[in-house]
Amino acid sequence: MRPIRVWAYFLVFARTYMRNRVGLFFSLVFPIILILLFGAIFSNTGSVTVDLYVQDLDGGSALSHSFISALNATGVFSVHLVSPSVGNLSSWLSTNGYTTGLVIPLGFQSSYISHVPVRVVLYTDPAQTSTAGIAQSAVNGVVSEFNLQATGQSAPEVGVVGLNVGSHTYQYVDYLVPGLIGFSILVAPMFSMVNLSSQYKKAKLFRQLSLTPLTRGEWLLASILWFIVMVFASTLVMLAVGRGAFHSTVEPDALTFAFLLAGPVLFVSLGLLLGTVSKTPESAAVVGNLVTFPMMFLSGTFFPVSLFPDYLQKVALVLPLYYVVDGLNNTMVFQHTSAALVDLAVVLALAAIFFLAAIRAFRWQEQ
Amino acid sequence: MGDSVIEVQGLVKRYGPLAAVDGIDLEVRSGEVFAFLGPNGAGKTTTVEVLEGIRPRSAGSVRVLGHDPWKDRAKLQRRVGVIPQDFTFFDKITPVESIQFYGRLFDKRPDPTRLLREVELEEKADDAFEKLSGGQKQKLGLALALVNDPEVLFLDEPTTGLDPQARRAIWDVMRALRRGGRTIFLTTHYLEEAETLADRVGIIDHGKIVALGTPEEIITRFGRRPRLRIEGSPAIAERLRGEWSGEVQVEDGRTLVEIRTKEDVLAVLQLVERSGLPWSEVATQKDTLEDVFIRLVGRMSEGTVGTKDRRAGPPVARVKGVP
Repeated sequence: MRPIRVWAYFLVFARTYMRNRVGLFFSLVFPIILILLFGAIFSNTGSVTVDLYVQDLDGGSALSHSFISALNATGVFSVHLVSPSVGNLSSWLSTNGYTTGLVIPLGFQSSYISHVPVRVVLYTDPAQTSTAGIAQSAVNGVVSEFNLQATGQSAPEVGVVGLNVGSHTYQYVDYLVPGLIGFSILVAPMFSMVNLSSQYKKAKLFRQLSLTPLTRGEWLLASILWFIVMVFASTLVMLAVGRGAFHSTVEPDALTFAFLLAGPVLFVSLGLLLGTVSKTPESAAVVGNLVTFPMMFLSGTFFPVSLFPDYLQKVALVLPLYYVVDGLNNTMVFQHTSAALVDLAVVLALAAIFFLAAIRAFRWQEQ
Repeated sequence: MGDSVIEVQGLVKRYGPLAAVDGIDLEVRSGEVFAFLGPNGAGKTTTVEVLEGIRPRSAGSVRVLGHDPWKDRAKLQRRVGVIPQDFTFFDKITPVESIQFYGRLFDKRPDPTRLLREVELEEKADDAFEKLSGGQKQKLGLALALVNDPEVLFLDEPTTGLDPQARRAIWDVMRALRRGGRTIFLTTHYLEEAETLADRVGIIDHGKIVALGTPEEIITRFGRRPRLRIEGSPAIAERLRGEWSGEVQVEDGRTLVEIRTKEDVLAVLQLVERSGLPWSEVATQKDTLEDVFIRLVGRMSEGTVGTKDRRAGPPVARVKGVP
């Protein structure tokens, strides 16, 4: 591994990319178009505060109290307590024309302390998609924090729940910014690498490179570095457009950068792998599209996955991009560091697997 | 000519049941231009790719600058320069940038201007590769092959598909390189290219070497005896057949008479004069490399261009054999 050789190919690749407007379009321009488009369509929903009707069947235990205050602290909800005596919360909600409610079950605290799984029940109105999605995300966030608090502690200290979002309220664009950053992490590396690896093979450019001291690892690393640069550029643009045009307030943190680094490793490798195993540029394009498009739409890039029907949410769980977008949401929107670390672990593992598989499958030349 | 730079013994390369290269021996000495001549699919490219170290061999021993090219590829790469067949490069990158790229890869500090002048490509220094003509692309290939200041150059069909002017321009560059003392291993299916550039020629067909030596040696060994060509009445041939001991043929209406010595020339002319038949011109004629090639390979296979065809421009459809 010689840095000068990585740099050498990086320069060639960067120049090729900059001079070939298609790549730049997909990396920078297309995401801007999308954020402006989706942002404009959905910005009239404004910032959201969801009225949440909470029925505490645990009799006002200390833990249910702290859970409710955690919900309050998200800033997403305006919490209203409902007496257990109204009976079934779902029918009570529909009778009264309310859309969103939550039941804290009997035995919530005791189950939690003895590590027995316990469920809170969230009722949403599927017709109100954005409200429902936001409510689900926020409640999930609180639940994750509680679960993480419980892990490995025999007697969790109740009430130390800090979601740390202050009085923040989410807008659609707050999901759209990390979603479209995820889109950039996916689309440009995948399409470029699938296309390029089959084209280079056909044009015998790999054979040409095989006549030089450049190694396959150096070549792949240089390609990854270039897409990391592009992803950083696109992230800055997304943040600026989100802020400038839609008053988005999402902020990247240190962990966000980990996703911006690991994401391109994953998708450059996956793209190379698909391009390598395809026999012709045409079949490579088909395979590339088959893998990229479902991921593009079902990983939460344009809409939060929590808005999807159950079966589609399950599909999202097998898509690598889901973990990138979820991680970016967790770092940039919810500041769920612990949940983001889980996403990052998945992304890093997938990146390592695809990187090694690509390096193994990819040859400069058939023998 | 100095020490041996390339030594090949019993080289075999099989693709499945097919032997693309079927047991060849050859030696190339330092500072010489060796041309590997053969029809398409004869095994030229396979051989040169084995020598470059980008293809493993099935059997035999191969040494280039003392290295086994497949095993010591990394070491060899720094000492040889290669233009593969159908050289292509990055579309959007200019010649200057390409040379700088190669310089970084080979850890050299090339002077792009000097290299481009050497291959007569200075005026296109800052044009993208995709904007270059076929000949200019090949020239860039040559320039890149020279970045690491190689001892041996492998040029695999460097002028295939180029128009005659471009081909001659590449030849000029190759002659200059040869004067610089580099060893050049050239594959070609242009007979004229081999004849004008090469010190020695190997003719390969169906994976076997059928002739090896300087063009003169090959012509002497495999060519026909010299002939006296007489332009005149076709009846001359009839008359001479009865009176001359050597072979007498008619080709394109001309009489060709086999001769062994200078005295034979006078003897034949006396016979012609005595016959009283009209004639206008006489000349002695020797086989060219092309004549020998046709005799040995048995055909001017598709794509093989001889000296007589050179005004016809680039070859038409080329039939690709084994990769």
